[in-house]
Amino acid sequence: MATSSVAHKLDDVPPPAPRPELVGGGPPVRPNMPLLNNARLGVIMMLGAELMFFAGLIGAFLVFRLSAQVWPPPFQPRLPLGVTGVNTVILLFSALTVHWAVGAARVGQTAVLVRQLGFTAALGALFLAIQGYEWARMIHFGLTTSSSVYGGLFYTLIGAHGVHVIGGLIWLAVVYWQARRGRFSKKDFVGVQTTRMYWTFVVALWPVLYGLVYLY
Amino acid sequence: MSESAVAHGAHGQHAKPSFISHYIFSLDHKMIGRQFLFVGLLMLMIGGILAMLVRWQLAWPESPVPGLGFISEPYIYPGPNGGGIIPPQTYNALFTMHATIMIFFVVMPIMVGTFGNFLIPLMIGAGDMAFPKLNMLSFWVGAISGVVMLSSFFVPGGPAAGGWTGYATLSAKAQYTGVEWGQHLWIIALMLNGVSSLMGAINYITTVVNMRAPGMGYFRMPLTVWSLFITAILLLLALPVLTAALAMLLFDRMAGTSFFLPEGGGEPLLWQHMFWFFGHPEVYILVLPAMGITSDLLSTFSRKPIFGYHAMAFSMIAIAGLSWIVWGHHMFISGMNPLLGTAFMMTTMVIAVPSAIKVFNWLGTLWGGSIRLTVPMLFALGFVSNFLIGGLSGIFMASTPVDIFIHDTYFIVAHFHYVVAGIIFALFAAVYYWFPKMFYRNMNQTLGKVHFVLTYIFFNGAFFPMHFLGVGGHMRRIYNPLQYEFITPMHDWNIFITWSALILGASQLFFLGNFFWSLFAGKKAEQNPWQANTLEWSAPTPAPHGNFLTTPTVYRGPYEYSSPEVTEDWLPQDKDIGASTAAKAH
Ligand SMILES: [Cu+2]
Repeated sequence: MATSSVAHKLDDVPPPAPRPELVGGGPPVRPNMPLLNNARLGVIMMLGAELMFFAGLIGAFLVFRLSAQVWPPPFQPRLPLGVTGVNTVILLFSALTVHWAVGAARVGQTAVLVRQLGFTAALGALFLAIQGYEWARMIHFGLTTSSSVYGGLFYTLIGAHGVHVIGGLIWLAVVYWQARRGRFSKKDFVGVQTTRMYWTFVVALWPVLYGLVYLY
Repeated sequence: MSESAVAHGAHGQHAKPSFISHYIFSLDHKMIGRQFLFVGLLMLMIGGILAMLVRWQLAWPESPVPGLGFISEPYIYPGPNGGGIIPPQTYNALFTMHATIMIFFVVMPIMVGTFGNFLIPLMIGAGDMAFPKLNMLSFWVGAISGVVMLSSFFVPGGPAAGGWTGYATLSAKAQYTGVEWGQHLWIIALMLNGVSSLMGAINYITTVVNMRAPGMGYFRMPLTVWSLFITAILLLLALPVLTAALAMLLFDRMAGTSFFLPEGGGEPLLWQHMFWFFGHPEVYILVLPAMGITSDLLSTFSRKPIFGYHAMAFSMIAIAGLSWIVWGHHMFISGMNPLLGTAFMMTTMVIAVPSAIKVFNWLGTLWGGSIRLTVPMLFALGFVSNFLIGGLSGIFMASTPVDIFIHDTYFIVAHFHYVVAGIIFALFAAVYYWFPKMFYRNMNQTLGKVHFVLTYIFFNGAFFPMHFLGVGGHMRRIYNPLQYEFITPMHDWNIFITWSALILGASQLFFLGNFFWSLFAGKKAEQNPWQANTLEWSAPTPAPHGNFLTTPTVYRGPYEYSSPEVTEDWLPQDKDIGASTAAKAH
C-alpha cells in the first residue's frame, strides 16, 4: 500500500482496465460474494416488517385484553376452541411438508418437490376453508365487527392472518407451477427456500394468535 | 445509450430503449431517483401553496385571498375582486394536507427516494439496486399513493381535516370533521405510501449489505450511505405499525368497529400510542439522510477528513435505537401517568447526546479547514444552523414541566419546522451538489447564492418569531387568533411571519428557474466538478446503466482530503496509488 514518503500526482495513477463485459453492454455489476443471497435477505427484511405489523395489532389487542375485567365480554358468543385446535394442527403440519419440499429440492427430486408443495397448499387451503366455515357460524351467532371491540379485534387479527395465508397460497401456487415446469434444480432452488421462509412465518404466527385470541 | 444494456446483453438485444422503458418504467436506479425528484418537487410546490394559504388566514383572518374566488361555496366564500375567504373547515384541511404532503410526499420521496436510489449503488460501487423491478414498483406505488392523496381535494367534503397526526376520535368519525371520503382516501394513500417505502427499504438494506464493491467495508462507506442504511431499517420496522393503526382506523370508519371510539368501548389514546410509536422514528427517517449528506458536504468543502467518522456513524445508530423508546414525549398532556412521563422525558433527553456529538463533529470538521463556500456548502451550513436551533428548542419540548405550558402552541410549530422544514436546506444542498451527476450539467452558482441568502433570511424570519408566539400562548391549530384578546398584542408577529413566508415562497422561484434552465442550458459538467472522493464521482458522466466501466476497488475511506500522499488535496476512494508506485518501479 501507500507507504512511500513521496506524494503522488493523481493524474500519474493509471486508470484500471475496462471491464470486458461492460464494453459491449452487459448486466449490472455485482461485485460482492454475499453470505446470504439477495432474495433470501430481501425476504428476511419483509418478514421483519410483517412481524412489526402483527406486533402493532397484537399490542392493540393486549391493551384491550389487559384492561378488561371480564373477557370475552358478556353476551358475546364464545370462540370455537376445539375445531380451531384441530385446525392449528393442520396448519402446523403444513410447515413440515414445505420443509420436506426444500429437502426434495436440495437433492433434485422434482416429483417429490411438486408433491410436497401441493400438500402444503392443500393443507393451507383446508385451514382457510375451516376458518371460513367458523367465521360464517360466528357471524350467525352474532359476533360481528360492530358487536363489540372483542369482535372487531377477532376479525382484524384473525383476518389479517387469513389474508397472509391467502398470500401464501398464491405464492405456493406460483412456485408449484414453476416446479412442475422444472424451474428448480439442485443448484438453484432459492424460490423454494423463500417460499419456506414465508410459509413458516405464516404458520409460526398462528399458534401465537390462537393462544392470545382464542385461549387467553 | 448504454441504458439499452438492461440485462438483455445476454440475448444480444441492442435496440435503443423506447421512451417508455427509459423514462417511465425504468429499471435504472438513477432514472428512478430522478422520477422521485420530479414528483417530490411538484408536491413541494403544492405543499408550499397550502402553507401560504394557512399563513394568509393567520395574518389577515377571514379576509379574502386574492384569486381564490373561483372555488365553489362551501369550501371558499366569495370576496370582492375574485378573492375568496377561507372558512374554518377548509383551514383545517389546509394545515392537515400541508403537513401530510410535506412529510410523506416531499421529504420522504426526495431525501429517501431520490437520494437513496441515486446515491446508494453509485456510492458503494454497485451496478444497480439488488431488486431493480421492486425498485420500479416502489416508485409507481408511491406515485399512485400521491394521486390518491391529491384526488381527495376533489371529493365532496374536501380532503382530510383531522391534522396530519389523524388523532382519534376526530379522524375516526366523519361527523366530527365533516369529511367522509377525504379521510378515507388519506388513510388509503398513506397505506400505499407505506408499501412503497417498505419496498424501497428492503431494496436499500439488501443493496448495502450485499452489493458493496471489493474493499468497501462498512466503515469505508460515506456517511450518506450510512444514514440511508439506518433510515431504511427504521422505515422497515416503523411503517408497519402505522399501517396496522391505519387499518384499524379505516375499519372504525368503514367496517363498524370501534377501536378508537369510546362510545363503542374503544380507546382513543391507543391511536396516539400507535401513531407516535411510528411517528418518532419517522422524524429520524426524515432527518438522518439530511445529517449524512451534510456530513459528506462539510468534509468535501472543508477539504478535511470528517471529524470523528466512527462517532458520526455510531451516533446515528444510537439516535435510531433511542427513537423507539421516546414516543410518549408527544403525549405528556394526554393524561399519562406522570412517572411514565418522566421516563419518556429521560429517554428523550438522552437523544441530545448523540445529536450534540454530530453538531460538535460538524464544527470540528469545519475548524481549520480551507472552506469553499459553494452553494451546496452554504446550504449544508444552513442545515447545521437550523438543526442546532431546532435541537435546542426540542429540549424545552422534551421536559415535562415546560411542555405542559408550551404543548400545542406555536412553540412546537417553530420547533418542528426548524427540524423538518430545516431539512429542506440539506435537500437543496444535495440537489445543487449532485445535479452535475444526475443531469450532466452544472446549476448556476450566482443564482444559487441568491437563492440561499433569501431562503436563509426569510426561513428564519418565518419560523423564529413563532417561538415568541408560542411562549405567549398562541395555539397551534387556531383558525382565527384574533378571537382571543391576549393574542391580539402579538398580532404584528403573525403579519411579520406571513410576509416572511410569502417572500420565502417567492424566493424558491430562483431555485425552480435555475433548476429547469440548467437542465437544458446549464454548463456541461465534468466528471468530478467538486473534486470529491466518493465513488459516484469515479463513474463516468453520464453514467451508463451498470454505472462503472470497471468494478471499482476501494482502497480507503471516503474522507481523505488534503492527504500528504498525493499532491492534490483530494484522493478518490478507488485510486490505487500503491500500484502506480509499483508500476513505476518496473
Ligand atoms: Cu418525537
